[in-house]
Amino acid sequence: MSHRPPAWVLAIVAAVYVFLHAPLLVLVVFSFNESKYSVEWTGFTLHWYQRLLERHDIVDGLVRSVAVGLSSTALSTVFGTLMALALARHRFRGRSFVEALLYVPIVTPEIVVGISLLILYVLLGWPLGLTSITIAHVAFNISFVTVVVHARLQGMDGSLEEAAMILGADEITAFWRVTVPQLWPGILSGAMLAFTMSFDDYVITSFVSGTGSQTLPIVVYTMVRKNIEPSINAISTIVLVVTTVMLIVSDRLSRDKPLSAD
Amino acid sequence: MSGGPSVRQRVLGWFHERPTATAWALLAPGGLFLLVFFVAPLVIMFGYSFMERGLYGGVEAGFTLEHYAAFFQPLYLTILLRTVVMAVSTTLICLALGYPVAYTIARAGRFKNALLFLVILPFWTSFLVRTFAMIFLMRDSGLINSLLVKAGLVEEGITMLYTPFAVMAGLVYGFLPFMILPIYSSLEKLDLTLLEAAEILGAPPRARFFRVVLPLSMPGVVAGSLLVFIPALGSFLSSDLLGGAKQILVGNLIQNQFTSARNWPFGSAASFVMMVLVVIAVGIYLRVRDADEAREA
Repeated sequence: MSHRPPAWVLAIVAAVYVFLHAPLLVLVVFSFNESKYSVEWTGFTLHWYQRLLERHDIVDGLVRSVAVGLSSTALSTVFGTLMALALARHRFRGRSFVEALLYVPIVTPEIVVGISLLILYVLLGWPLGLTSITIAHVAFNISFVTVVVHARLQGMDGSLEEAAMILGADEITAFWRVTVPQLWPGILSGAMLAFTMSFDDYVITSFVSGTGSQTLPIVVYTMVRKNIEPSINAISTIVLVVTTVMLIVSDRLSRDKPLSAD
Repeated sequence: MSGGPSVRQRVLGWFHERPTATAWALLAPGGLFLLVFFVAPLVIMFGYSFMERGLYGGVEAGFTLEHYAAFFQPLYLTILLRTVVMAVSTTLICLALGYPVAYTIARAGRFKNALLFLVILPFWTSFLVRTFAMIFLMRDSGLINSLLVKAGLVEEGITMLYTPFAVMAGLVYGFLPFMILPIYSSLEKLDLTLLEAAEILGAPPRARFFRVVLPLSMPGVVAGSLLVFIPALGSFLSSDLLGGAKQILVGNLIQNQFTSARNWPFGSAASFVMMVLVVIAVGIYLRVRDADEAREA
């Protein structure tokens, strides 16, 4: 390409990449440092990871986060995929209303989502616990799944489904045999985004979780508030590794291009 | 079963003749869920902002504008103003840092995917973990200070944590990918022959950028600004953990009303004011986007 960016632009770019990644790298490196208080490197240890296993609040928090993450992901993926199918494959009245409805969760600040749901639960007299957290996570994830799956559907060729139906398949058979196999990568990457957002959420969860239902981010927040110790680096490293693996898988899936009738 | 069409065929036939019903059947589960657990709570919250404060949290029936009146007192207006200034400056800094990155990725050739991946990674990473990374670097006994002292640049550590600078750094660090990604996607679509045309017609690099590239990437700039401005406006984790109690923002104010202060109607009123600002920002975004689409058509 002839238009190479000037050197000062490249300098800013390099600085931004350092800014984005150096803090996390430092965090990971110091999760293996022996010293508890100092930022001097005193030697390699896995002690802080062992400590995590001894702490029941962390292990319980992790189990709860995975449970909430899996159930909210399952629900929001089904809801979001169905909505994306309607938007991409059907003409109907009220489309702009549905599109507006899907934009609301994307633009509403998290804190407003959290308190308005808290108000609803208290008004209905619902107990705060894993169910109330799961419902909250489904509510903010549906739109994101819909957007991801919809993007995949737009890149897909609708004429393959038509061809299947001309050849005698009915709508349901065409859906399972033609649409789903091609749409699968989109559904999976939507699901992974949903799981990651659920697994990471602190703000909304902090309002709708009761005592005895602290998810991992809530436990980590409490630890950060109390005092800074290398165990937080260790748990952060684990969260980072999980996220990175999810992202790599999702990235691979989205590169696998849908078939075309041509 | 013999003779007439099966149940399955009849059901499918019914839907086949009614495309709108088919679409609404697909939309119903998710749509109803969103109406009940997203829209209804916002409407109820709006209603709460006009009610009387309950003694132990919650509300009592009645209608009053006192919570809005209270919010527009100097004390809270200062917090609102600080929040808006913080959100706008975060957006501008992200734009200044993010645009060059998006521009470079868009013309990085075979490094494009790798560079893009390195922007998406922090975008997926827990905001809490990234905020903790900032604390780890910036606290008094943190890595930055220990390096500065060792290099002999300062006598003892400088205070970074619990300052407006720390909050700002946390917000920029948290939201920068939201700015880079939309700008990148509008720059990627840019028709390079337009740039060649401008060059052949004698436009210097500066003019090519300001007259061709920048206007064509405006949709990305506006979308990115919206995606940074909204969470920055509502943020409370950064000010809470990086700003200490000193730099409270509207987000902290709202959180406080629903935890220790137990003034739900006032917290609802403050949330509603925040939503009005969000709607204004979305309105600006839609106007720019529509104007741009009209120009393309």
